[in-house]
Amino acid sequence: MDFNDSPEEAAFRAEVKNWLASNATLRTEGSDDPYAGMSEKELLKLAREWQSKKANARFAQITWPEEFGGRGGTPIQSVIYGQEEAKYAVPRGFFEIGLGMCVPTMMAFASKEQLERYVSPALHGEEIWCQLFSEPSAGSDVAGLKTRCVKDGDDWILNGQKVWTSGAHFSDFGIIVARSDPKARKHKGLTFFFIDMKAPGVEVRPIKQISGASNFNEVYFTDVRIPDSQRLGEVGEGWKVALTTLMHERLAIGGGSGGVDLRELMSLAQSMELEDGPAMANAAVREKIADWYVRAKGLQYTRYRTLTALSKGEIPGPESSIGKVVSAPKLQEIASFGMEIEDMGGILTDPDLAPLDAAMQQSYFWAPGIRIAGGTDEILRNIIAERVLGLPGDIRVDKDKPYDELPSGH
Amino acid sequence: MNFDFSDDQKFLKDQANKFLTERCETTVPRGILEGDAPYDKKLWQAIVEMGWTGVTIPEEYGGLGLGYLELCVIAEELGRSLAPVPFSSSVYLATEALLVAGTDDQKKKYLPKLASGELIGTFALAEGAKVPLPKTIVTKLSGGKISGTKLPVPDGDVADFAIVAAVTDSSGSESSVALSIVDLTGKGVKRASVGTIDPTRSHAAVTFDNADAEALGDSDAGWALTRRVFDRAAVLFSFEQVGGADRCLEMAKDYAMGRYAFGRQIASFQAIKHKLADMYIKNQLGRSNAYYGAWALSTDAPELPIAAAGARISASEAYDYASKELIQTHGGIGFTWEMDCHLFLRRAKLLSLCLGGPRGWKDRLVSALERRNAA
Ligand SMILES: Cc1cc2nc3c(=O)[nH]c(=O)nc-3n(C[C@H](O)[C@H](O)[C@H](O)COP(=O)(O)OP(=O)(O)OC[C@H]3O[C@@H](n4cnc5c(N)ncnc54)[C@H](O)[C@@H]3O)c2cc1C
Ligand SMILES: Cc1cc2nc3c(=O)[nH]c(=O)nc-3n(C[C@H](O)[C@H](O)[C@H](O)COP(=O)(O)OP(=O)(O)OC[C@H]3O[C@@H](n4cnc5c(N)ncnc54)[C@H](O)[C@@H]3O)c2cc1C
Repeated sequence: MDFNDSPEEAAFRAEVKNWLASNATLRTEGSDDPYAGMSEKELLKLAREWQSKKANARFAQITWPEEFGGRGGTPIQSVIYGQEEAKYAVPRGFFEIGLGMCVPTMMAFASKEQLERYVSPALHGEEIWCQLFSEPSAGSDVAGLKTRCVKDGDDWILNGQKVWTSGAHFSDFGIIVARSDPKARKHKGLTFFFIDMKAPGVEVRPIKQISGASNFNEVYFTDVRIPDSQRLGEVGEGWKVALTTLMHERLAIGGGSGGVDLRELMSLAQSMELEDGPAMANAAVREKIADWYVRAKGLQYTRYRTLTALSKGEIPGPESSIGKVVSAPKLQEIASFGMEIEDMGGILTDPDLAPLDAAMQQSYFWAPGIRIAGGTDEILRNIIAERVLGLPGDIRVDKDKPYDELPSGH
Repeated sequence: MNFDFSDDQKFLKDQANKFLTERCETTVPRGILEGDAPYDKKLWQAIVEMGWTGVTIPEEYGGLGLGYLELCVIAEELGRSLAPVPFSSSVYLATEALLVAGTDDQKKKYLPKLASGELIGTFALAEGAKVPLPKTIVTKLSGGKISGTKLPVPDGDVADFAIVAAVTDSSGSESSVALSIVDLTGKGVKRASVGTIDPTRSHAAVTFDNADAEALGDSDAGWALTRRVFDRAAVLFSFEQVGGADRCLEMAKDYAMGRYAFGRQIASFQAIKHKLADMYIKNQLGRSNAYYGAWALSTDAPELPIAAAGARISASEAYDYASKELIQTHGGIGFTWEMDCHLFLRRAKLLSLCLGGPRGWKDRLVSALERRNAA
């Protein structure tokens, strides 16, 4: 056992360090987030510039083949890049869905010409993609979706509504799954497309989240015309394509959950005075820190196990499936406890008044969404129970009936 | 990065698993639970013959001279099988104490016999129901003689010698603690088996009355040495815990798959599925933290105190949860003496307390993090 880079990995790390040093600014401990308070538009402009630089240096999607602007690199190289980039203040949060889920789905199902057209602009941050899966009545059970597509000559006509679509308001394209045959069983009657978000009949309405911010949207489709050439996979085989996307989603969100972590909690505890002295010396505080520390480290070392398997060319074990179901509730608990340490002042949300620029309060309103997005805690437990442990699937009342005979509520 | 055991180590683990599956079915720990013998002599003999008692002892002292990663995989299998033998006392504690603090003469004197099973050693720290600390230890060392009562001493009724922590004065300071090697068969030593939550692992009250004590390490270094030995043992015990916790998950799964209620397998109810998923999650976190501990132990890394505490806290939590929910998954039958579930409930709690409970380790972990952050 060792954590050392192999000679090739060390050489790659040196290359990354070198490049970052001359292209980005180091994050300094305790300094303010340089992007705090910026408008989304300003942030997006900076993010595009950074993405383009990264793509030109072939650091944007390291594992992609060279023909698509990657370097045919290993997952370990991506991790090394991520570790080094994390030391720098760079704008994030606009291209992850497109590059992590949408474009990989395109790579598996789109034509060569389409890939030539779409991959490079996405990689360079010129065009942004979103994922149009969830609907008001179909989230965890996304195959229960209603949005209709009907063939009309060489085109399809799309009508319906998607919801919770992250980034739709700044996206150029989206991948979407819609119902082509309501008489078929629900997983059978689906067809998958990519669409132009600027096409006539597409209307994006931002949704205000519990925090007051708007990262996701409702998207309405009224007689939107989609050329059949934008279909991915066969007619009626949309679920298969969707599974490819979902597989990439699980990989993409297996890591952290963003927001506050032990570092913030410890720095808070070091600066706060409690009844019996510094918070850091309080037994209850220390016990909590230890509990979250071993969970955070348990996840980190679990990732190391996965990476080790990948680097040996083996298929990683199922242990990587525990990521989000551990990290999301941990985030929620840490934020909530951090506010408790701040005591009566813990309710303040103004970054100038609340400790750590109100990071605890922001995470408090972010964490509930993370427990839902990309597979809820409950769905992830079902997945572990069924796919990892081999326990029986839930009894399904919807499997063998045509979609249009299934009950639906709100 | 290479965060996994080698093929040779995995092979050794498989061998250990096969051996213990055959030689240590649950009827073996149950035999100790229900009988009068303090440990299973036949199994112990076989383990000694396999060389496991000498895994980390250098060849010059009669051991196999392998590394700690080898010992970790064996520990996992011993934990899985609930092996009722004095392995942890003799190997993780006494042998480690000698390796860490012994003079060359002491190593020559004790290690070959520990490796060959001719001697069983243990470590005597606790003095009843209180946290053993420099300020609470009463057992006294003076002029090479030791007096006081240690309780519970793991395998204290069967061990040939014990490493005993005693104070040289009543200052309560860390430097007042000294370690000694005491012959438990010698003059001035009385011992009696005591009842514990897990009779498959024998414990004793050992009373010293001016017994001869041979110094181990410097007379003012006993506390630091104890912590060092316990850090090392914590990693090894965490593998036993992870092994036991995984076995609980397997047993719970097997039972749930075979039990029907309301016309279906109870394994098909989400309440049971999510419970088993949670066991899996905790076991994986425990395992990954234990691996990190194994890395730190095997490389003698400065991170060992943090890694050991992390492994111990995480593995204790996993085994605690798995052993409780194993019974819960079984329903009423899990609450009976005949079912094996309680053997795991017993062992889980024993292991989580044997080096001091998670509460104290959490505090030490945070102290170590503070020291690291300050550095
Ligand atoms: C911040 C955020 C960003 C998102 N971004 C996107 C995006 O970009 N694109 C997109 O398509 N979607 C997106 N989503 C939607 C997300 O995928 C869904 O919210 C999620 O899948 C849950 O679906 P739902 O909201 O309809 O809840 P439901 O599926 O209605 O679930 C309600 C509750 O029932 C539980 N439940 C449902 N089924 C089961 C079951 N079988 N067993 C046990 N419990 C069950 C759930 O766990 C949950 O607690 C986003 C969501 C959030 C919060
Ligand atoms: C101390 C004690 C005293 C008792 N005294 C009496 C008595 O005097 N008289 C008497 O008649 N009985 C008595 N019982 C029996 C008791 O009522 C049953 O043990 C209990 O109802 C559970 O049934 P079971 O043991 O068959 O477990 P099971 O029903 O087989 O349950 C096994 C596991 O599956 C779970 N499970 C089962 N069905 C579901 C479901 N639908 N959804 C989710 N999970 C499920 C259970 O929660 C449990 O975790 C006693 C039990 C105990 C432990």
